[in-house]
Amino acid sequence: MTKNISPKRTAKSRSHRGARRPRSASPPFPDVILLVGTRKGAWLYHADASRTRWRADGPHFLGHIVHHVVLDPRDRRTLLVAAKTGHLGPTVFRSQDLGKTWKEASKPPAFRKAAADEKGRAVDHVFWLTPGHASEPNAWYAGTSPEGLFRSEDGGDIWQPVAGFNDHPLYAQWTGDEQAGTPDGPKLHSILIDPREPNHMYLGMSGGGGGVFESVDKGADWKPLNAGCRCDFLPDPYPEFGQDPHCVQLHPLAPDVLYQQNHCGIYRMERAQARWERIGENMPKAVGDIGFPMTLHPRDPNTVWVFPMDGSTVWPRVSPDGKAAAYVTRDAGKTWKRLDAGLPQEQAWFTVLRQAMTADTHDPVGVYFGTTTGQLWASTNEGARWTCIANHLPHIYAVEAAELDG
Amino acid sequence: MKVLIPTPLRSYTQQSAVEATGTTLAELLRDLDRRYPGIRFRMIDEQDAIRRHIRIFVNREQVYDLEWPLQPSDEVQILQALSGG
Repeated sequence: MTKNISPKRTAKSRSHRGARRPRSASPPFPDVILLVGTRKGAWLYHADASRTRWRADGPHFLGHIVHHVVLDPRDRRTLLVAAKTGHLGPTVFRSQDLGKTWKEASKPPAFRKAAADEKGRAVDHVFWLTPGHASEPNAWYAGTSPEGLFRSEDGGDIWQPVAGFNDHPLYAQWTGDEQAGTPDGPKLHSILIDPREPNHMYLGMSGGGGGVFESVDKGADWKPLNAGCRCDFLPDPYPEFGQDPHCVQLHPLAPDVLYQQNHCGIYRMERAQARWERIGENMPKAVGDIGFPMTLHPRDPNTVWVFPMDGSTVWPRVSPDGKAAAYVTRDAGKTWKRLDAGLPQEQAWFTVLRQAMTADTHDPVGVYFGTTTGQLWASTNEGARWTCIANHLPHIYAVEAAELDG
Repeated sequence: MKVLIPTPLRSYTQQSAVEATGTTLAELLRDLDRRYPGIRFRMIDEQDAIRRHIRIFVNREQVYDLEWPLQPSDEVQILQALSGG
């Protein structure tokens, strides 16, 4: 099993050896910004050095449905926003000055025009944004609903379909029946790039079909990667594909360790074994291991945070028993600890969506989440205590922690 | 010809009414996009279908076909349909 890994020491990212080593008087960590996408717009929350005071910058795109806001970690200036409105089609907005000014993509993600004898697909919304590999400074990927994979090579201005996925001979089988998809439409999400190799990618799909898929040739071809992952809503509980990964994560310092919060539990994979191991069965039975988000520790591949929800009966998708809590494992899923200090323990009927939980790289790590009831919560001590830092936002779809140059 | 623009699209035009040309609705929308880049895709999807919550009227008659012929004297009105929540 992989142990703690120290990142390479750089000018911007110092080495952090101990989990709770006292911090120096001058914090070596970059400033944190939270990028919040909601059903009614986007907000940027800037932290002070202590991460206890936050300055709200927003709303940006008030009234737009914003599924994802992502800062380019390669320049720490460029923001991309996946947006649409109730009336208008999907688009991507870009800012190269941290949200002071915005420009719409010249060619937003769109499927190719269908042939006369072919059923056409149209992007309903851009759901997911992933910056490309560090060696490709202007590359970005986008995942859409219905399921589509798109790539930009110019910083998010012009987007092209990734034909190797969108036109794959098995696309229809992999994506299944659109009508059987998730309530807000089937989604392509969790686009993960191997930090060692730009040609090696993963993605997740939730919908009428679904599952985790892998490409080793930059998206030219794909294969399902779902062995061991349960699918209790199909007659065959262990199909080759058709699973519902809610959120898939790859540890940046141990890229052969994958985790997923699935519709049917919490899983971990050592890639060489090519088999998912259900690690959520070690969660308390009264809580279960169903949820949407999953967040990894920036340095310890054995530490993972999740936010369980009620996946029983008709799937209420709220905190179990109305008591909000995150859970953390520090031993790759062997044991889990409840983290509810500061969170409401009665009548808390919200959940946290798959893009709405995140962590920074400070020491101790800051962990953050946004709720479906519009609250933004922060912990500066790895979840030991939570503080509400915004209380009346719209339904939160996404929260990403990013770091700025000082 | 005169094209009336609904509020969701005025971030592109900055005006409630603009001028554009074309002998069909498709040509008119392409001309509109040349003048106001990006506006067409917010109304028309990549399969050339009018999006679900957009309505287009020519001389107060709703039009569903992008090949609908237009005269220079026509008035085109783009409206936002109902979209709740």
